[in-house]
Amino acid sequence: MVMTTHEEKMRTVRFRVAATPHIAVNSEICRNDCSVHACVYVCPANLFVPLDDGGILFNYEQCFECGTCYIACNQEGAIRWAYPDGGYGVTFRES
Amino acid sequence: MTMHPAKQPFDVIIAGAGPAGSAAALLTARAGLKVLLLERGEYPGAKNVSGAVFYGSAILNELIPGWWEHAPVERHICRREIAFMSPATAVALDFRCAGPGYATAPYNGFTVLRPKFDRWLAAQAEAAGAFVLTSVVVDDVLREKGRIAGVRVRREQGEIYGKVVIACDGVNSFLAKKAGLQREFHPHELSLGVKEVVGLDPAIIQDRFHLTGNDGIAFEYLGAITEDVHGGAFLYTNRDSLSLGLIGQISSLVERRKRPYELLERFKAHPAVAPLVRGGKLREYSAHLIPESGWAMKPKLYTDGMLVAGDAAGFCLAAGLYLEGMNYAMQSGLAAAETAILACQKGNFSARTLAVYQKHLKQRHVSTDFRAYRHAPSFVNGPRLQNLYPEIVAQGMEQIFRVDGAPKRKILPLAYRMVRQSSIKPGQLLRDVYQVARAYLW
Repeated sequence: MVMTTHEEKMRTVRFRVAATPHIAVNSEICRNDCSVHACVYVCPANLFVPLDDGGILFNYEQCFECGTCYIACNQEGAIRWAYPDGGYGVTFRES
Repeated sequence: MTMHPAKQPFDVIIAGAGPAGSAAALLTARAGLKVLLLERGEYPGAKNVSGAVFYGSAILNELIPGWWEHAPVERHICRREIAFMSPATAVALDFRCAGPGYATAPYNGFTVLRPKFDRWLAAQAEAAGAFVLTSVVVDDVLREKGRIAGVRVRREQGEIYGKVVIACDGVNSFLAKKAGLQREFHPHELSLGVKEVVGLDPAIIQDRFHLTGNDGIAFEYLGAITEDVHGGAFLYTNRDSLSLGLIGQISSLVERRKRPYELLERFKAHPAVAPLVRGGKLREYSAHLIPESGWAMKPKLYTDGMLVAGDAAGFCLAAGLYLEGMNYAMQSGLAAAETAILACQKGNFSARTLAVYQKHLKQRHVSTDFRAYRHAPSFVNGPRLQNLYPEIVAQGMEQIFRVDGAPKRKILPLAYRMVRQSSIKPGQLLRDVYQVARAYLW
């Protein structure tokens, strides 16, 4: 099928998951200082989940390492990131 | 390879094996320099995504004559279309050329799959004598006596010294920031592209797009296709697949609270697009940032011991008619290589010596092109040109062609009414006409 759900899209991408996260989200800032939660909408891998208490749950395993969340986040220091260790993370084969 | 090369430093250390880095490595290695090309992916291209049409065939042909005979290319572009969309309508400018340079060598543009093409290009640099080291993240620059003297990689004893560092580490360039050459970006300066490679039988591709042999198409879409998000969409043909994607400015995705992959699904479902992708099977989904603001986000391009090239330098021309990045990446990589070669000959790596990079960028038409089109991105990538006007054109054609027993209106009163119905003010329209003219005509 050419029309696909987000889950179906993500199943086509290969990841070599590193042992430690390369992105850190300071949920305190999300909870207290941010009402936009832009990361929830813009992340192409849909990795940011809003919590009932206003915090953000983050899952780094299926990250495209694109940097969109970092650029979109309007709160200084809520998202910190570096690239995952060499050879880890996403590995595109056809894009 | 030993990780203790401190006693014999490299002449050139290049961070990132995309088209900028590999082109720089190829040229400097050919000049007999000791070159290290570092790539954080499992292989060169593993982290790289673009449309991807490579418009730099003639450039690469000067380095590797007849390169397309050996490289993993998909199709050469003989047909381009720019379509203006409303929710149910499409009006397209359809350009086809079977003439020399398009349908014959060196060809105008090729679709490529970046993990394959970039890997091939890095292998050419390696064959020319560059050391290519993959699965290595460059975390920082090394400083010595006030100048950049190498890089720090994320490994045991990961200090690697070199006479000149070329940062080709992409749109998020951590190196340019660590070296103090680049600032933080604003969400309106960058766009997110989400993309799918969709498998389709080559015979169906040929029939569906009216292609013979290895001809290919590049279609681009503006207007209601991204709903009210500033951006556009594309569809390109590969040998046995389509590359299609949707591009949205980050700030407007945030403001409209739109999820990019949902917009991508709506693009595929548009009545003008659905028949083109019908029967395809998703092979790979991907995403990448695009430094769309061009000249406005250019970093300081050089400092003592370091140069910046490719996306890291913002050399991506996203200006409506032109959507080009790989060719400028390659040209800027080559300009950086020429600069490094000259600096090695002089034995001087100060900013004053490396300033000749600006001259090489001009000679390779990088800075001149970006300067000439410096007014285009902020305006072209704005709401009226990407969304409103294309939609008005599409709706206008729908009214012109409609035969429903009502009296026919001439085009001027029709256009007047359409503009009146939209939110555009006449003064704004005039200013926009001037802006388009200033961006493209002179």
